[in-house]
Amino acid sequence: MMSTATISPGLRHKRRRERLRNLAFLSPWLIGVSVFFLYPLASTVYFSFMKYDGFTPPVWTGLKNWSYVFTDYPFFWPALRNTLWLVIIMVTLRVLFGLGIGMLITKVKTGAGLFRTMFYLPYLAPPVAATMAFAFLLNPGTGPVNNILGRLGLPQPGWFNDPAWSKPALTLLAIWGIGDLMVIFMASLLDVPLEQYEASSLDGANAWQRFVHVTLPNIQPIVLFAVITGVIQTMQYYTQPLIAGKVASGVIGGSGQQFEPGYPDKSTLTLPQLVYNLGFQRFDTGGASVIALVLFVLAMVFTAILMRRGSGFLATDD
Amino acid sequence: MSTLTTPRVETPVPAPGLTTAGREARRTKFLQWVAVHSLAIAAALFFVLPFVFVALTAVMSDQQALTRDLWPDSWHWGNLRTVWETPGFLTWWKNTLMYAVLGTVLTLLSSIPVAYALARFKFRGRNLAMMLVISTMMLPPQVVIVPMYLFWAKELHLSGTLWPLIIPMAFTDAFSIFLLRQFLLTIPKEYVDAAKVDGCGDFRALVRIILPMAKPAIAAVALFQFFYCWNDYFGPQIYASENAAAWTLSYGLESFKGAHHTNWNLTMAATLLVMAPVIILFFFAQKAFIEGVTLTGVKG
Repeated sequence: MMSTATISPGLRHKRRRERLRNLAFLSPWLIGVSVFFLYPLASTVYFSFMKYDGFTPPVWTGLKNWSYVFTDYPFFWPALRNTLWLVIIMVTLRVLFGLGIGMLITKVKTGAGLFRTMFYLPYLAPPVAATMAFAFLLNPGTGPVNNILGRLGLPQPGWFNDPAWSKPALTLLAIWGIGDLMVIFMASLLDVPLEQYEASSLDGANAWQRFVHVTLPNIQPIVLFAVITGVIQTMQYYTQPLIAGKVASGVIGGSGQQFEPGYPDKSTLTLPQLVYNLGFQRFDTGGASVIALVLFVLAMVFTAILMRRGSGFLATDD
Repeated sequence: MSTLTTPRVETPVPAPGLTTAGREARRTKFLQWVAVHSLAIAAALFFVLPFVFVALTAVMSDQQALTRDLWPDSWHWGNLRTVWETPGFLTWWKNTLMYAVLGTVLTLLSSIPVAYALARFKFRGRNLAMMLVISTMMLPPQVVIVPMYLFWAKELHLSGTLWPLIIPMAFTDAFSIFLLRQFLLTIPKEYVDAAKVDGCGDFRALVRIILPMAKPAIAAVALFQFFYCWNDYFGPQIYASENAAAWTLSYGLESFKGAHHTNWNLTMAATLLVMAPVIILFFFAQKAFIEGVTLTGVKG
C-alpha cells in the first residue's frame, strides 16, 4: 500500500518550496559566513605554517612560525600576561562598578533620568576620542587630574607614562565607559520579583542578606553574561591601549619615530596589537597568523562557556 | 523597563501630630534619600568631569593649554573653527558618514531576513547556524584580518578605500542577527499564521506584519551599527591608512594630534567635535539605545 516513500506530490512540492524559501532568506548570511569567516579562517591556519611576506610566494616552514612566536618573539608573553591582568582586574572592576551603578540608579528617586543619561554617555564616546581625552586628562605634566591630586596633597602617578600605572589608567578609562553594563544590570534588577524582597524582609533579613539571598541569585545569569562578554572584549582590546601608548610616548605629536607597541615597557601590549605589528608592519604573515589563531582559540573557549552556561539569556526556541 | 523606583515595603504615612515611631521612620527615609543622591552626584562627577575638562581645554589659548590650569583665562571659541577648517577634517567627516550610513543600511537589509529565518523557520542545522552566528559575533576581527586584507588588496585592489569595510555588511552582521532574532522570538507566531490564512506569503508577512512590530529592535540595531562604524578605528587603519582621502574621523583624529603636536587645546577641540554627533544623536534616540542594550543582555 502507501509507503512513506511515496508522499503525496503536493506535500513534496511544499517541502521543496520551503527549502528554497529557507535558502533564500539565509543566503546573505551563508555567503557572508563562508567568504568573510570560514575561508579566511582556513587561510589563517594555512599561513601559520608558511613563510610569507605578502609579496613573494609562500613557502612551507612547518611549525617554525609557532616556535618563533612562543619562544623568540619578545612581545608575545608580555601581551598574554597583560591580557590576563586586564581580564582579572579590569573585567572584575567593570562588572562590580556596573552592578553598583545599576543598583544606585534603581534607588535614585529624584532626577533618575538625568543621572542615567550622565552615567550612560561615556559608553558612546568614540574610543579614539575617549582615549585621547584620557591621555590628556591623565597627562602627568599638564593634566587636570594630577593638578587636582596635587592640590589635595595626594601622590601624582605617571599614568600612561609609567609601566606600573598604565594598565590602571586603562582600567579607569574602561570603568568610565560602563554605561552598557549599568543598563543591563538596571533592567535585570527591576525584574527581580518584589514578593521575594517582601518575604525576606518579613523573615528579618537585612539589606546585605537580601542582596546575597534574593538579588544575586536572580541576576546571576546577567552577571555571567557580563563577565564572559567582558573577557571576550578584553581579547579584542586594541584601540585604547594603542592610542594611549602612542600619545604618551610622543609618537603622536612627537618626533614621529617608529612606534614600538606597548609603551611604556610593553605594559600596554595586547594580542591584537601583535597581529597588526607582525602582519602589517613587519610583513610576517605567518607569525601574525599564529597570534590570530591563539586569539581564536581563547575567544572560542570563552564563547563555548557562554553558550553552555548561558542558556538563561540566549533564547533558543519558542 | 517600567519605573525607576525601588521595590520597598510601604510604610504607613504617619498622620500629622504623630508618634515617635512614625517620625523615626520618616527620618530614616529622608537620610536614605540624602545618602543615595549624594552617592549619585559623586558618581555623576566621575562620568561628566572628563567631558567638562575636555571642553574647557578646547577653548583655552595655545599657551594656557600647556599649563595645568583648569579654567580658561580667555575663551577662544575660534579653536573649534580652526579645527573645522583644518584641511581634511571635512573629508574625514564625509567618509565617516558614508561608512556609517551605507554600513547601517546594508546590515539591516541583509540581517533582517536571516534573523527572521533563524527565529521562525524550522530546518535542519538551525541550532548549528545559531552557534555559528554567536561564534562569529564573539570573534576578534583580528583573527581573520590578514587573509581578508590580502583578499581585498591583492585580488580586488580595493585597499586605500572604505569599501572592504562596507561591502561585507551586505552579507549580514552577526551581532545584528543575534539582536534581531532575540526580539523576533518574542513576537507571537499567531500574527503570521493569521496573515498566511489570508493568503500572505512569507516575504509579505515579514514586511507587512513583523517589521512594523519589530521597530524598536530595528532602531536599536541601526543605532549600534551606525556607532560601530562611526567609532571604528581598526578597520580604517587596516584598509584606508595609506590614502588620506579615505580616512575617517577616528583615524584622522590620531593624525590630527600629530599635525598639531603641542596644541592640546586644538586636539581637545577636535576630540569634542568627533564626540559631538554621538552625543547629539543619543539625545534624540535615547530610548532605542537603552532598549537595544537591554535586549542583548536580558530578553530570552
